[in-house]
This record gives sequence, structure tokens and C-alpha cells, in this order.
Amino acid sequence: MALKIIVCAKQVPDTNEIKIDPVKNTLIREGVPSILNHDDANALEEALKIKDMYPDTHITVITMGPPQAKDMLIECMAMGADEGILASDRALGGSDTWATSNALSAVIEKIGEYDIIFAGRQAIDGDTAQVGPQIAEKLGIPQVTYVTEFEMDKNMKDITVKRALEDGYEVIKIQTPCMLTAIKELNNPRYMTVGGIFEACKKEIPTWGAKDLGVDPVKEVGLDASPTNVFRSFTPAPKGKGIMIEADSNQEAAQKLLINLKAKHVI
Amino acid sequence: MNFQLTKEQEFVRKMVRDFAVKEVEPIAAEIDAEHRFPTENVEKMGKLGMLGVPFPKEYGGSGGDQLSYAITVEELSRVCASTGVICSAHTSLCCWPIYNWGTEEQKRKYLPDLLSGTKLGAFGLTEPGAGTDAAGQQTKAVDMGDHWLINGSKVFITNGGYAETFVVMAMTDKSKGTKGISAFIIEKDDEGFSIGKTEDKMGICASSTTELIMVNCKIPKDRILGNVGDGFKVAMSTLDGGRIGIASQALGIAQGALDVTVEYMKARKQFGKKLSQMQALQFEIADMKTRIEAARLLIYKAADMKEKHLPYGPYSAMAKLFAAETAMYVTTKAVQLHGGYGYTKDYPVERMMRDAKITELYEGTSEVQKIVIAASVFK
Repeated sequence: MALKIIVCAKQVPDTNEIKIDPVKNTLIREGVPSILNHDDANALEEALKIKDMYPDTHITVITMGPPQAKDMLIECMAMGADEGILASDRALGGSDTWATSNALSAVIEKIGEYDIIFAGRQAIDGDTAQVGPQIAEKLGIPQVTYVTEFEMDKNMKDITVKRALEDGYEVIKIQTPCMLTAIKELNNPRYMTVGGIFEACKKEIPTWGAKDLGVDPVKEVGLDASPTNVFRSFTPAPKGKGIMIEADSNQEAAQKLLINLKAKHVI
Repeated sequence: MNFQLTKEQEFVRKMVRDFAVKEVEPIAAEIDAEHRFPTENVEKMGKLGMLGVPFPKEYGGSGGDQLSYAITVEELSRVCASTGVICSAHTSLCCWPIYNWGTEEQKRKYLPDLLSGTKLGAFGLTEPGAGTDAAGQQTKAVDMGDHWLINGSKVFITNGGYAETFVVMAMTDKSKGTKGISAFIIEKDDEGFSIGKTEDKMGICASSTTELIMVNCKIPKDRILGNVGDGFKVAMSTLDGGRIGIASQALGIAQGALDVTVEYMKARKQFGKKLSQMQALQFEIADMKTRIEAARLLIYKAADMKEKHLPYGPYSAMAKLFAAETAMYVTTKAVQLHGGYGYTKDYPVERMMRDAKITELYEGTSEVQKIVIAASVFK
């Protein structure tokens, strides 16, 4: 039985390169390179590791975005994914996480069969970590977020994952079909290969719009259908420089801290 | 006329740069200091398809083009010229002559291992008394009926100590001059074949440069590449292509030196301002950048001509001549702009300046490039 894996990915601006407009307090996106979202690269890598073990595994990477998101899908295919599908339509523009997960769930339902859906924990541009879980809810499949270790039984059905918590981890057993969201500790994403690049660039990337997906552009996807809106974006004012208190004993350190706090009328 | 890279070429640059920055750059200073061949990275490069870029998939290549190959060498050399030349010598000087001159059997036998990087390749033309002056070859190959018997030695062989497949030139008929040279494929384990002295060099210290010694080296009859007497043509056509690789190496070195110098100038403050704010120094950068872009255009044009099977020989010679001189010019300026720090091994420009020099010397000195270029003018 050949496994079918779907990877949800997003093209994001490279936050290392982002500058903030000091007057408008918004991101300057011009000239900022777009990249495959980091956690999504981990999601893809885990799928590729399964394919390394079971070469007849079929990996489909899906994304929603503008036409240039095709470049990210090419990158995913150059890393080893079998195909990429782009959901792109003006009607999808401005979607919040709820509307985005509506669109991506529709893409997955249109694909039909799948055993595992991998997604990144969150995208570096929005940091919501909501789209993966919402897709799972809408598809009615179990989900585990913050996956840091993955193991699949030979029966290709039973999966054991480690889920990272703030102060430890949980070990969870789950069965396919399921949604797993990856964090960077899960693996080290591989490079594209030169041969993969030349093959990937030749591949046709299907582009599906709202009509193809059968989603309602007023009630389900797009700006108007989105229950949440960005109210304002701003850069937090930089914090003042911290002070390191050096002392020979804890008691002395506490005294120094107390003096400092009192001097500043904090207490 | 189109100066835009294709999508494939853009992706190749992105991918090789990603690899170079994460895997090659962190060890570049260390392998230079230790004169250590980076086996671990060469292995990874093979798996990622960087050692068979411009060859068809049916022979195990990556199915790419000449310009993508040039970009690969450029990006590797941007952070480590030794790693760049390992790729260049392997691809241009060993894989290409076998691909272009080999019989179908030879291609099937040697290319899959070479192009996947399972085995590394090298090329042996230069001898102690004969480099570009190939007619002075002392290495002899004698037809013994059921095998060839080769005697002689080769020097300055890039990848020598780590290669398993060698394309080697030898005289089969001294009386015919250059028309008496033939090309052979020699395997590392062939009887009578051994690796001699390893050179201790000024730069590209992590690349392996060795002597090849053939004492009654016995190889099967089917190891001749091309026909008897084709060796000079094999060698010259190979070097025409090799020059694109070395030019790309020089370009990478120059680009790398410019990039680190710009970063240094943005950080370094003297007399109350950053070096990057001083116009006299900005003008140096402008000159460096302009020469680099000019070199890049020459190289990409030569690579594109080779891809289209146009006569590119003089163009690859011009590309190499100009790129090598640019590499020396830019790295020398880069050290100058770093001041005393640039002369220390704490900054990469010291290594880059040493590495740059070789590009004016191997695969034909700059003077030899001028012979090739002038010959195409006064033909």
C-alpha cells in the first residue's frame, strides 16, 4: 500500500531580511525575498523521510497564495515532493486563518485520498499556529501539534509522536489519517538537488481557484468571509537596556536588586 | 539577447549558495590551515547532484546546463576556492572528455559513478617538462596487442589523491608531434599506477594536487578515449571547457572577497565614521564590483555558447583571463580595505588572495589565454 501524504506549506517573507518602516510602523515587503516557511520545511522533510523508507509514497505539497508561490512549490518538488498544488484566486485574498483553513480543507477534499497531513506549526509572518489545527477540525481527523519526534509502525497505520510542551513532552499514539504539525526540532530539512531542480521546473503546477474548490467567496473564503481582521500592526518600542546584577551571594544580589527597585520607585 | 537567468539557474544558485553557506564556509578556514581535502562535503555534493550538473540524466547526471554548472562552481568558490576547483576539475576535466569523446560502453561504465560523485575524477596532461606545450609529452603508451603499456609521470594533478578515474594523455607516436598523442582512461587500481608527491601550495590548500606515476602501467585496449592520435584534440577541447570552470572559480573568489569586504566596511569605524561612508573607499568598491560584473558577463556568455555548441574557445579564454585578473585585483584590494586585519588569518580575505593567484596559472596561464585569444584574432 502506497502512502499518500499531503504537506501544507506557505511562502513567507524572509524575516531575516525584513525592515520596518519607522514612520508607518509596517513591514517593508519590497525587495524582501520570499522563502519556504521554516516549520513547513520540517513538515516536508518528515514526509520525505517516509518516502526515503517507502519510495512509492506520494507527497503532494499544497499552498494558498499569489501566483509567485509556485516558486516555493518548485522548491518543495526540487527537495523531493512529487507534486505541488496552488490555491490562488483573487477571491481567496485577504483570508484570515479561518478562511484559509476553509480553502485548504477544500483543496485536500478535492485531492481526496490521504494518510497523513503534515503542516508546519506556524508561519513566521503571522505566528498564529491556527491553520493546521483548523484544517484537521474541518476534515474531522485527529491532530497532534508541536510534533518533535515521529515514528510509524510497519503497518503504516499506527503512529507514535512526541509532542513538545513548554516544560516537557507527551508521547501520543495516533492512527492515520491524521494531521501533524511540525516544529524545527523534528528534523533537519534537506537541500534541493540539482537534478530535482531541473525536473521540478518542468512539472505542471495545477492552480485551483474558488470555483474549482467549490468554496463560497462571500461566506467561506476571502476578506469578507474572515471573522478576524488586522486592526493595527506596530513595532513594539525597544526595551531599555537591562542591568546585570553581580554579587558574591544571593543575599547580596537581592539587596542590590532591592536598592535598584527602590531607587526607581518601583516598590 | 537575454541577460536573465532561467528559473532553473536561479534555483541552482539558491541551492548551491544555501549549501555553501551552511556546509562549506564554516570549515573553509580550517581545511585551508590543515591542508585537508573536504571528503565529507564532496560526498554531500555528489548526493546533491553538484558533481554532474551539465550531463544528461540517462548517464546519472543532473540534466542541467553549462551555465548552471558555472554558477555551481562560482557559488562554491565564493566561500571556498578549494571546494570550487574540486567540482570544476572533476566535471570539466574528467567527466566531460569521457562524455564527449567516450564510446557508449565507456560512458555507461564510467559516467554513472562519476556524475553521482561515487567516484571522483581527475585529468593528467601536465608533465614536469610539458604543460600547455603538450608536444613535449614524455609519457608513452605502447600498443602491446592485447593491452596498452604506459610509462611516465604527470604533475600538478588536481584531485589526484582522491580521484579514482583519470583521463591521461600519453605519446603513442612521438614522430607525429601533437598528432601522436592519445588519451586514455586509467583507474586508480590499475597495475603499475600510483600517486606520487602531494604538492605543498600557496593557496587552494584543501584541494589535492599530486603527481601521477605510471610504471609499466597495464590497461585494457578499450581504455583509449577517442582514436589513436586524438589525444591533443581531446586535451585542448577539454581545456576550452575547463576554462569556464576556472573562470567561474575566479569569479566566485572575487565575489566572496567583495561581499566580506562590504560587510567589514559597514562595521569598521575610523576617524569617527564607518569605512563605508568614506568616498575614496566607496570608489574602490565601485571598481571591484564593475570588474566582477564584467567578468560574470564574459563567463556566462562563454557557458551559454558552449551550451549552444557554438565555437566558444576564445571566449572561454577571454573569460578566464579576465576573471583571473579580476580575482587578483579584487582580493588584493579586499586585503587593503581590511587594513592590517586583512593580512591575518582571522579574516577570509587573506586566504582568498592566496587562492586567487592560482586562477592566473592553471588550465593555461594568463599568457596562454592571450595566445588562444590572439590566435583567434589573427587566424
